[in-house]
Amino acid sequence: MREVLEAVLALGGLALAAGLLLAWAARRFRVEGNPLVQEIDALLPQTQCGQCGYPGCRPYAEALAGGEAEVNRCVPGGERTMREIAELLGVEPKPVEESPTAPKVAFIREDECIGCTLCIKACPVDAIVGAPKMIHTVIAEFCTGCELCIEPCPVDCIEMVVKPELIEHWAWPMPDSPRDRIAKARRARKAA
Amino acid sequence: MRWLDRITGWWPNPFVRASTGFRGGVQLPPMKRTREAPIEALPLPDCLVVPVKQHIGARCAPVVKPGERVKRGQTLARATEYLAADVHAPTSGRVTKIEEHRVPHPSGLGLPCIFLEPDGEDAPFEGCAPVEDWRGEEPARLREFLRRAGIVGMGGAGFPTFAKLAADARHPVHTLILNGAECEPYLTSDERLMREEAAAIARGAAILAHVLGAAQVLVAVEDHKPEAADAMEAALAQEGLSFAVRLVPTVYPHGSEKQLIEALLGEETPQGRLPLDLGVVCQNVSTAHAVARAVEAGEPLVARVITVSGEACPRPGNFRVRIGTPVRFVLAHAGLADAQDAEIVHGGPMMGERIPWPEVPVVKNTIGILAFSKEAFRRAHRPEEPCIRCGRCGQSCPAGLVPNLLAEACRAEDVEEAEALGLFDCIECGCCAWVCPSHIPLVHYFRFGKGLAAEVRRARAFAEASRRRTEAREARLAREKAEREARRRAQLARAKESARRLASGDGESS
Repeated sequence: MREVLEAVLALGGLALAAGLLLAWAARRFRVEGNPLVQEIDALLPQTQCGQCGYPGCRPYAEALAGGEAEVNRCVPGGERTMREIAELLGVEPKPVEESPTAPKVAFIREDECIGCTLCIKACPVDAIVGAPKMIHTVIAEFCTGCELCIEPCPVDCIEMVVKPELIEHWAWPMPDSPRDRIAKARRARKAA
Repeated sequence: MRWLDRITGWWPNPFVRASTGFRGGVQLPPMKRTREAPIEALPLPDCLVVPVKQHIGARCAPVVKPGERVKRGQTLARATEYLAADVHAPTSGRVTKIEEHRVPHPSGLGLPCIFLEPDGEDAPFEGCAPVEDWRGEEPARLREFLRRAGIVGMGGAGFPTFAKLAADARHPVHTLILNGAECEPYLTSDERLMREEAAAIARGAAILAHVLGAAQVLVAVEDHKPEAADAMEAALAQEGLSFAVRLVPTVYPHGSEKQLIEALLGEETPQGRLPLDLGVVCQNVSTAHAVARAVEAGEPLVARVITVSGEACPRPGNFRVRIGTPVRFVLAHAGLADAQDAEIVHGGPMMGERIPWPEVPVVKNTIGILAFSKEAFRRAHRPEEPCIRCGRCGQSCPAGLVPNLLAEACRAEDVEEAEALGLFDCIECGCCAWVCPSHIPLVHYFRFGKGLAAEVRRARAFAEASRRRTEAREARLAREKAEREARRRAQLARAKESARRLASGDGESS
């Protein structure tokens, strides 16, 4: 009888201690929000363009974490981001339907700008400076190219321009793959 | 010990690598056709094109305007950020325009360039003053002087020299290595400079050692140029300097900084660290020469010695060329009238890059210009075949990497895997591609991988910054909304209050 009591007391005490420890750890190391959402959000390009059908990168990340959205909705992220998200969520990769174009930034034709501040309100990353009745301008360095400022402009003075390619940011292209070369040789033979 | 070095070095035994002091490496045909060609000064072209950036780091800001007359050595563009070195007028003349022009870079992209029309007088700028007593000068001030004199590493990479000399109490430097290995085939400019102007190189080394506070100075020369080693030794004795000349075996890539340090001192530079962390600094002999010119004569870096060679070059040689001279003009002097007919390589045949644009200028880190016939290029080109896993690339790699696996990771665009395999330890020497029996352009894959990794990193940083701005904006909008709400409520409360008071006042009066 005594052995049973001892065992029950010992195990019960251990369980209590572990429970208290867990309760303390849950409070001490509590994570705000869903960590999965943050992980997905970190993979997204943060253009806030809404091309995925959600009002920004974080809402799309939330939808992905909730299993409501497809992994291939992010157009600016392209193939790479899709693959990373699919890997994180453990789902099959799906091809991105639209391919990303050359990176662009918004440009305000300043002599046409009337200073209405509508574009400033639309910019999700605060990349447009200006004040009411003053000319606005885009800080090209901060612009994500989301095109959300184009629609609200009443005088259509905003256009998208291709970002100039900097020599410092240039990267070598992928060398021709063997497959590509075989195909090329075959085409050449056929032509000859 | 020099006789022993010579004997072991000349023994062409590919299996004994103990004599080289670093792992891997390959033996290349020397092809040094211009060894006996004395340095020849090239005349001035009709127009010099001086890019605002000729080094690793930030662009300089032009300080001259079109139409302005400048003299040789006058500053054309000034370094505004830390990692940059000034750019000077290579001769006296008139600045005609400042606009984007192609530079020697594999992308074919341009940089803002200052176009200078020489007036033929080549008058020096009065503002260029030498350092009277450099032995009594503080190292920090000498570093700033070298930065303003536009001195950058002249061995090919073009890293600003002053930044490499940043030794302090936390990073004391015990050894300065003067790199005269010149291991790339064809190139002989460093050798000629050592043979003809050894005294200036020795004095430059003394200045560099003074800036660094280095006790030991080693001059490394590959053992196929004993004349250069003898000239250096004679010059050192004449200048009364106790620096040691060391012959290193002729194995490529002995001229690579990390490999040279390993060969001479037996120390390997750890991953992601600099030789400075080991207390060692490596400088090219041409850089030492430029340092001596700047400090003793007050002349900034406006000219350099380059080798012009290659099979398509009828009159190869070593030329002292002003910075900004178009490559087309240089090749015309070497007997190649129509540069468009040839394949032009900027730099050495192993690490240099194909530059199909003869209008690009010679810059501070141009070590040579090679011209080959298009036909020879076509014949030398072999299509890539599948990897047969022979492992020769791994044996040849001086950085101890496994190139075939690394190339596979780069091809799969798997940046994490490639970085785990040491992508950024690759020095792009080309040994692996040279020995590959399947003709896989391995270095090209690594360059692609490095570019991709940089791009991914940049995109991540930009996304992070954008996310922070979005969050800040959302927080601001929420705050503004709350403030509006609070104002509205306060207004409502005030209105209610006045209405109540009005009602009670009315009651009192009636």
